[in-house]
Amino acid sequence: MSSYDIVIIGGGPAGLAAAASAKKSGIDSILILERDTQLGGILNQCIHNGFGLHTFKEELTGPEYAQRFIDQVLELGIEYKLNTMVMDITKDKEITAMNRTDGLFKIQAKSIILAMGCRERSRGALNIPGYRPAGIYSAGTAQRLVNIEGYMPGREVVILGSGDIGLIMARRMTLEGAKVKVVAELMPYSGGLKRNIVQCLDDFGIPLKLSHTVVAIKGKERLEGITIAEVDKNNKPIPGTEEEYSCDTLLLSCGLIPENEISRSIGVDMEPVTSGPIVNESLETSVEGVFACGNVLHVHDLVDFVSEEAATAGRNAAAYVKNNGSLGEKSKEIPILAVDGVRYTVPKKIHVNRMADEMIVRFRVGAVYKNCYISAYLNDERIIHRKRQIMAPGEMEEIKLTKEQLESFGNLENITVKIEEA
Amino acid sequence: MEIRNLTCIGCPLGCALTVELDGGEVVSVSGNTCKRGDDYARKEVTHPTRIVTSSVYVSGGAIPMVSVKTASDIPKEKIMDIMASIERVKVAAPIKIGDVVLANAADTGVDIIATKDIPAVS
Repeated sequence: MSSYDIVIIGGGPAGLAAAASAKKSGIDSILILERDTQLGGILNQCIHNGFGLHTFKEELTGPEYAQRFIDQVLELGIEYKLNTMVMDITKDKEITAMNRTDGLFKIQAKSIILAMGCRERSRGALNIPGYRPAGIYSAGTAQRLVNIEGYMPGREVVILGSGDIGLIMARRMTLEGAKVKVVAELMPYSGGLKRNIVQCLDDFGIPLKLSHTVVAIKGKERLEGITIAEVDKNNKPIPGTEEEYSCDTLLLSCGLIPENEISRSIGVDMEPVTSGPIVNESLETSVEGVFACGNVLHVHDLVDFVSEEAATAGRNAAAYVKNNGSLGEKSKEIPILAVDGVRYTVPKKIHVNRMADEMIVRFRVGAVYKNCYISAYLNDERIIHRKRQIMAPGEMEEIKLTKEQLESFGNLENITVKIEEA
Repeated sequence: MEIRNLTCIGCPLGCALTVELDGGEVVSVSGNTCKRGDDYARKEVTHPTRIVTSSVYVSGGAIPMVSVKTASDIPKEKIMDIMASIERVKVAAPIKIGDVVLANAADTGVDIIATKDIPAVS
């Protein structure tokens, strides 16, 4: 059985940044396992621009952003295997994987970084009634078909869900000659960026119907049409509001779910809110030496933050290996409580002695908040009270905690992050 | 007097902007809550521009399409002309990021460049 100091599961933006960071932290024995035919992950099909403003101070397309990290990985001489599917990982960090050249094989790792990303919520998970004709795709599948494989999924399109991928695909299909008839969104607001609503829908006169959902699907072999209806505040369709659209394609852009089958097989503790692993200040899961970063941990809005988070995971995995399989002494575990509009935080718990001098806590809010404050408390003492003109569920928020502040606070029991009214 | 209604793209607030125009000149911008909204509205009603991204066929590479973009902003009304100009473009691997796949697309003076490395495969 071959062995590596650090094995990274996934060669997308998280895996690449984690690998580069681990290598720069002094670890030479690193292996990236990627199931696709190329490194770069989902960025390869995100050919639109707008990536990298935080990291590179310029607007890049997805493939260009990916290439900057691929180049780093190649220059650093980091090993990787493509077309390789990881089947199982044990608590003892024994990885079972397979590909066409090596067959089924096992690898022993000292540390593992989970960077598998996420997948789209499927039709099955949405409970849309009706037949199952051809022509119903997740928006990301259509994106791959058009941008990488070179196929057009259809000519007359309806999109359910106004997440960014759905909006981007509304424009992409239109540019390639399809007629996008409507984008229906269940919620009373769009989860997508304003910029995408303007430049992907308004630019092409595509209507966005908020508080609407698909209630019927017509067609047996191939999709022939769909019916959408307005929903009430309990998301129940309102009788009499049905509208029919003829179409040969329905794209679903209804949210992303971290892909954690392998994490579960290792047995790491999971956070139900994010569907990702629970991690501590070091982005370490409940299994020592197993770290997580990127969309497998929690779905991000910007790839820049994925890269940043992954670099932290890579550094910590390197420290774990160099310190002979330990991150050192653990001080008392301090939970971070997410309440009053804050849905979750990453990390969820911290050992103050192990944290970096400055630590970013990322979270999302559960609704649209205008002119409210992000507040953080150490026990009952408020230490952060930052005004935000607007916060929305589609955007990730963050606060910074400093080690000095936490260390000098006597008898710290917990940290609370919440939204407070003005 | 002409009135144009826009949604600001500066932040998630998405202010509903109203622009008053007189003979193509901006008379006033209202509805914005910050300077960015004013700047955006003035540019958007006088000379809106976009980066166009797409993909074109590539032969001799591991994947059949290579992603491309306009090397700089093009006028918004030229978007579909740009798309028509690249419809029949076919290139051959190897392709490097920044390679020009079509010069002076749709007479905009802007080149279409590759945004992905596609090594040649034998």
